[in-house]
Amino acid sequence: MAISPAYARPRTVDSGFTCGACQRTFPMAQAAGSLYVCPACEHHSRISAHERVRQLADKGTFQEWDPDLAGSDRLGFVDTRAYVDRLAEARQRQQLPDAILTGAASICGHPVGLASFDFGFLGGSLSTAVGERLARAIERSAVELRPFVCVTSSGGARMQEGVFSLMQMAKSVAALHQLAEAHVPFISILADPTMGGSIASFAALGDVILAEPKAMIGFTGARVITQATYEQLPAGFQTSEFHHARGLIDQVVDRRQLREVLGRLLAVLGASTAEDAGRPA
Amino acid sequence: MNSTDPVGAAAGDAAQAAWAHVEVSRHPDRPYSLDLVQRCLDDFIELHGDRQGGDDAAVVIGLARLGGQPLAVVANQKGRTLEERGKRNFGMAHPEGYRKAQRLFTLAGRLKLPVVSFIDTPGAYPGVAAEERGQAWAIAQTLEAQLALPTPYLAVVIGEGGSGGALATLLADSVLVLEHAFLSVASPEAAAAILFRDAGRKQQAAAALRLEAANLLEWGIADEIVPEPPGGAHTDWDETARLLRPRLEARLLELTSRGFDPARRRERYRRLDGLFSA
Repeated sequence: MAISPAYARPRTVDSGFTCGACQRTFPMAQAAGSLYVCPACEHHSRISAHERVRQLADKGTFQEWDPDLAGSDRLGFVDTRAYVDRLAEARQRQQLPDAILTGAASICGHPVGLASFDFGFLGGSLSTAVGERLARAIERSAVELRPFVCVTSSGGARMQEGVFSLMQMAKSVAALHQLAEAHVPFISILADPTMGGSIASFAALGDVILAEPKAMIGFTGARVITQATYEQLPAGFQTSEFHHARGLIDQVVDRRQLREVLGRLLAVLGASTAEDAGRPA
Repeated sequence: MNSTDPVGAAAGDAAQAAWAHVEVSRHPDRPYSLDLVQRCLDDFIELHGDRQGGDDAAVVIGLARLGGQPLAVVANQKGRTLEERGKRNFGMAHPEGYRKAQRLFTLAGRLKLPVVSFIDTPGAYPGVAAEERGQAWAIAQTLEAQLALPTPYLAVVIGEGGSGGALATLLADSVLVLEHAFLSVASPEAAAAILFRDAGRKQQAAAALRLEAANLLEWGIADEIVPEPPGGAHTDWDETARLLRPRLEARLLELTSRGFDPARRRERYRRLDGLFSA
């Protein structure tokens, strides 16, 4: 459940944007225009939950759900710092109550329930509040017959919430049962990174699973595997492409095509949902 | 740690107590799943394989009876001898182990058998081959299978309950925990490596995670703590089983006699943290 160290976060210097992979710098406007995909090396930088929603939702359609839902420090947890201090700082910095943003939106004209993880908020880790907001978004999508689209970027469990974090895996899967019972599709999009408890629960259960290029995806992080087993890691281990080749991911999609691919999927899947809605149960 | 500092000393005591709990749960002479299955259940018949090409020995499945009631059984299995430890992979399953559990849940649903699971695993196996064959997907699908299971389901944590690998057979209608067993989001060693970047601070991590059985009961994650013989289950396997069997029987009777609805199980795990009103 460790955070992959392979991809540095983009550094913003004045009006310039420096790619975390190739270190080249571009004007901010150019970087934003390419959706923070490096124009030179095509490295997909991690983006905030708010930026992800801006990129995917039709302009002006996003309506946030449960904006005030925040958790607390149930265990009184202190590691190298107090958890309450880490939480307060992350809330201030990321402008989110916890590591997920959810709401109603349209994508290419198709209504959806949309969830987006924020890696900058304590590694996008699964807290009780994240699990609750995710579960509510899933359930509301089921009730409103909105296809549910979730973009995950998460290191997995939040250690500071102990076993409560672990139980969010169960909570999210319990909520997904309602989506399945309502025959509403779930499109799971895996962004860098999707690890541990996140991929071992809701994120792996999409009816359709897409991933951004070279995202790190897996149950146990590479560093932990090496320490535990001394195994040699194969080339491209745990990338999107690695899992795609093994039948675990449907398509690897460049961020610049993601909205369009979603639009095409929703045109097929969304139509089936709308039809179901008009059909007697 | 400065011994004249009372706060530091108290933290040290908590760390020692939490670590002692972990050490008993991992004691090399502690009864493992099959030791307790043989002593608590009648007529156990082992089944093999996930029916998809694998038979992971870290997970045992089978049929048995308890007080006349036929059951489906799923259990994590550790090995005691060097050879058996290798064969059982220290109780750490590969994807085939989780798919074997899924097969058991499917079988139980079809034949209307209640399920009893015995949990004792450090966690899912953290290896290259496990990742290549979809470890995360296998666990996720097993979570889904448990929450869809249409029959009564009882789980008992008998030793280590490590992370997602334990959760794969834990999402039951009733959860029992042996007195010195634990459930944790990560092993204390892994948590220490992540939190302190130092696996050596495992005692401190164990205390911070509050992973002891008593907390699970307080938080409603477990329904009952089953006492062990004085000193721990490793001192007397027969006595451990003698204490456990009537609790399994009582819980099973409770589940099978009331109007059973798997939606209640989903509701339990949906509302488990009890922090948010609907």
